[in-house]
Amino acid sequence: MTAYIAGAFEHPTRKAVDKTIAQLHAESAMGALADAGLSISDVDGFFCGNDMPGVGAFAIVDYLNLKLRHIDTTDTGGCSYMIHVAHAAQAIAAGKCNVALITLGGRPRAEGMATGTAVRAGHHAQPDLPFEAPFGNVIAGSYAMVAKRHMHDFGTTPEQLAWIKVAASHHAQHNSNAVLRDVVTVEDVVNSPLVADPLHRLDCCVISDGGGALVVTRPEIAKTLNRPLVKVRGMGEAMKGQNGGKVALSYSAIASAGPRAFAEAGLTPADIKYASIYDSFTITVLMQLEDLGFCEKGAGGRFVQDGNLISGTGRLPFNTDGGGLCNNHPNNRGGMTKIIEAVRQLRGEAHPAVQVPSCDLALASGIGGSLGMRHGGSVVILERE
Amino acid sequence: MAEATNRDDPQTWANPETGPYWHAAAGGKLLLKHCTACDQAHWYPRHFCPHCGSDRTEWRESQGRGKVYTFTVMRRPAPRVIGYVTLDEGISIFTNIVDCDPDSLQIGQRVQARMAEQADGTFLPVFAPD
Repeated sequence: MTAYIAGAFEHPTRKAVDKTIAQLHAESAMGALADAGLSISDVDGFFCGNDMPGVGAFAIVDYLNLKLRHIDTTDTGGCSYMIHVAHAAQAIAAGKCNVALITLGGRPRAEGMATGTAVRAGHHAQPDLPFEAPFGNVIAGSYAMVAKRHMHDFGTTPEQLAWIKVAASHHAQHNSNAVLRDVVTVEDVVNSPLVADPLHRLDCCVISDGGGALVVTRPEIAKTLNRPLVKVRGMGEAMKGQNGGKVALSYSAIASAGPRAFAEAGLTPADIKYASIYDSFTITVLMQLEDLGFCEKGAGGRFVQDGNLISGTGRLPFNTDGGGLCNNHPNNRGGMTKIIEAVRQLRGEAHPAVQVPSCDLALASGIGGSLGMRHGGSVVILERE
Repeated sequence: MAEATNRDDPQTWANPETGPYWHAAAGGKLLLKHCTACDQAHWYPRHFCPHCGSDRTEWRESQGRGKVYTFTVMRRPAPRVIGYVTLDEGISIFTNIVDCDPDSLQIGQRVQARMAEQADGTFLPVFAPD
């Protein structure tokens, strides 16, 4: 017994000067429910991360006035949403809810947040904080350390990483809502200013506002709705940190989460027609492609180069909405939009210029948190019935 | 910038779990926790060994010798090198690499720790090339 994604909605804004965080959650929720043909009163399960202000889900559940049988506020940063889909499917299979709503909303761009380059305070009682905070790490630095080590271990080049942005830009040119719509070249990427060696500005995703929502429901309800059936077929989640000092940055939590998702689905990477791969930075994508098994560990650079991720010409069409690298990374959490584009592809509702023919099997993979310090990884495999 | 921590700070100097590290660090010593059950060191220091879960962990002084595991260079407002150093004890610690030309620093380069006062008044190891 599994569950179906019946509603998916990406908020159209990318700079929400005229919306509150709560409104962004609500507008996204209403958009996904309308997409599904369901109403807010149908919702009996709710999933949300820490992006709604306040402790847990108290504020958002009351704001939306949800009447719930199931609540889950798992937060693993940007990849929380794959976990929410998985946990919703599991709750539905266990009979704990019928209609699960998952929301995301935020406005870091309107608030002038320097997501990748500003030092973040952390909680004063985190046991790691006193040993790390004084060194002034930032998110871009954490990912850059991983890229530097990958180059050392496997000979990955800045040009190979650049191909990941190039591919995303080829897709974003067709997306009228994308933050960055210009097609870029490898030279454009490696000539952009260094943010944290070896990552350049164009190796980094956009900072954008907005959000999105998903509706997950049981088979009996999904089959009454007038939408293509998108089934949750495989799921995996994991976390990875410094391992007590045995730091190993050549692989991510996806090396654990990905194989379990494939095993549950009874599929291999060769079966996947479209992949949404979390793209906070180019190195994030490369790491996941290896850890998911689309290529051998260390071979990610060769896999992504020469347009292999471009829809229509490459072996693995990826992030056909333009991804976080070019389209949208709402509230610094890219997992929701990864799942939404996978659902579009499976429904045949992606932009015609990037729609994968006969797209029946898709994957959405995410990494949340700080790849070089402590992070989460999560994967969902979806099927069009 | 963080407020300077004082000797009563429960997260550092007065922390029941890590206090000995902070006091020794102010005196120029790098203490690691070592587990006598599984014979491995760990970082950052904890009461329970993160490798085997035992509480038979004890403080041991490190000579602070190691090699660069990875690093990055943040350029603004002024260049600073952030990275991990793998100590000869076999564990890697997050740190700044100092007294070096960031553009010629290499992974694998041998480095040596010195305890450095941070903006908040605590002492942490930073590493400089041999």
